[in-house]
Amino acid sequence: MPSFVKVDKCDGCKALDKTACQHICPNDLMALNKEISKAYNLEPEMCWECYNCVKICPQDAIEVRGYADFVPMGANVIPMRSSDSIMWTVKFRSGQIKRFKFPIRTTPEGSAVPDGGFETGTDDLKSATLFTEPASAGLPAIWTK
Amino acid sequence: MADFQDVKVVTDLLIVGGGMSACGAAVEAAYWAKKNNVKVTLIDKAAMDRSGAVAMGLSAINQYVGLKDGQNTVEDYINYVKQDLMGIARDDLVASIARHVDSTVHLFEKWGLPIWKDENGGYVHEGRWQLMINGESYKVIVAEAAKNALKEINAEIYERVFIVEPLLDGDKIAGCVGFSVRENKFYTFQCKALMVCMGGAVHVFRPRSTGEGLGRAWYPPWNSGSSTYFTLKAGAEQTCQEIRFIPVRFKDAYGPVGAWFLLFKSRATNALGGEYMVERKAELENWAPYGLVKPIPANLRNYLGMLDVNEGKGPIYMRTEEAIQNIANQYKDDEKAFKKKMKELEAEAWEDFLDMTISQAILWAASDIQPEEKSSEIAAAEPYFIGSHSGGSGCWVSGPQDIAPAEYFWGYTNMSTVTGMFCVGDASGASSHKFSSGSLTEGRIAGKEAVRYCVDNPDLPKIDDAKVAELKAAILKPLDIFEANKGLTTDPNINPNYIRPKMFMFRL
Repeated sequence: MPSFVKVDKCDGCKALDKTACQHICPNDLMALNKEISKAYNLEPEMCWECYNCVKICPQDAIEVRGYADFVPMGANVIPMRSSDSIMWTVKFRSGQIKRFKFPIRTTPEGSAVPDGGFETGTDDLKSATLFTEPASAGLPAIWTK
Repeated sequence: MADFQDVKVVTDLLIVGGGMSACGAAVEAAYWAKKNNVKVTLIDKAAMDRSGAVAMGLSAINQYVGLKDGQNTVEDYINYVKQDLMGIARDDLVASIARHVDSTVHLFEKWGLPIWKDENGGYVHEGRWQLMINGESYKVIVAEAAKNALKEINAEIYERVFIVEPLLDGDKIAGCVGFSVRENKFYTFQCKALMVCMGGAVHVFRPRSTGEGLGRAWYPPWNSGSSTYFTLKAGAEQTCQEIRFIPVRFKDAYGPVGAWFLLFKSRATNALGGEYMVERKAELENWAPYGLVKPIPANLRNYLGMLDVNEGKGPIYMRTEEAIQNIANQYKDDEKAFKKKMKELEAEAWEDFLDMTISQAILWAASDIQPEEKSSEIAAAEPYFIGSHSGGSGCWVSGPQDIAPAEYFWGYTNMSTVTGMFCVGDASGASSHKFSSGSLTEGRIAGKEAVRYCVDNPDLPKIDDAKVAELKAAILKPLDIFEANKGLTTDPNINPNYIRPKMFMFRL
């Protein structure tokens, strides 16, 4: 569809201040049908299948059905994303299942400090040295010609 | 005219975009802005957590020079890029990024991006310049650092605002106009310096699928050519717009081939089993000196494959079954070790798809692909106009004072030929092989320089209210035409008085 919303699970994010899938879609494809308070992909043929709507949905109401014009039916790929890892379940058309788990970050959510804890060195606005350099480069100075 | 409320925002440095280069600009500019009392504002047409070309994630960082450990020098990187692009790249811009890119990658690691490590604690390389990562949340992590940096200086972020046209004061950038895609608001931004980080151009050429899979391009469909349009309208000199970037990927879903070529050491052969890299070796001599040096430029490797296809020897296959058999042969006396190795490689190969092209995982599952049994087709994609990755299209920008030849330097690194307008990422041309890490680095370099420009040029350029009104009328006109005419036919998609936006795309 490629991403599609299941009627029985979508609640239109009515408990939240905004509809999660609509908030995140990089191509602005997700819309809310206000009459039934449920989301839908309004332009499936412009969908990249990036899965950001699937990953963010608090109700697990969104899945992806491969592009109808070239992907055989009957398979699906489903992520379960937590704060530090993601678990993928890949179901083949034959029924075979593969599962993979990968880390996604090494620090607590929200904790990325812009300078990364590196010493912020020069105050020279004119030099080519960036604010965390040379410490973040691990070198005494930045290369020049 | 459609009823859109006017909103005016005045700032010093305006970052237009929210992808990798914009996040780099935000992180760096915030530091210098605080010290120099410069106001920074960022506009993203989407949500920063998942906007830009890295929105889905990535499975590798393609630019890491390894300066700290003496793995390579800046000169090595310049030579590699010049060779791979057959001479078409600017040494000064490549060097400008290469000298800082490791520093950026070290920041990614501190921010929380999992970079693979070997038993000695060093980065695991996929190739000479490429690092393996668990990159599902790459963009989320980078956006978090950028948002935290902007929060420290109380900078405003406008998400879901689409910028359309530049505003000029003589030959200087003065701001831009656009609209909210959520509310009926028309925005006018006035600024001293403007950073163009609006991505590349996808769907200029027809992708493989033209039905429901039209959106399945290699580069994301939301890269709608905004950088090119905006900078052309501002009058910026362009460069390398004749370069069409064509990646070779698994056919139909555009899944990455890196894991198969580099980790599994797979070969690519034609339908007759011939290996074009061997059979067409003599062709490389016609492309000396570039054809005779290792590694052979990607352009030439792809060209040799295309010659096979044009001669009717296609399709081209990734010989996955042969690669796995070769690994099995290495472990023929130790089945347990083979199974362990295969399990490891299988997870790596699937992660390559799941981190950055989930469609390819769906296609393999739906086609019951068992790579140990059967080869899979690879194919050259349709062309893209991008300034990042290994494309070259974009604006002609100033190089850094200490590296650039005199004629390539006009005051501020990454400033275009329009005074005060900086271009980075997909928007800067002849600055190739920067990929994700280099794009963020280029944003950092330009972010610092744009703050310096604001300090040196404290007067706010003027904007012409009549011009803004004219642009507002032009931008809202399609809504007015639609409203006035949609009722004249029984189907609003077919009307003698307008055509729909998608049909404009097909006209390209």
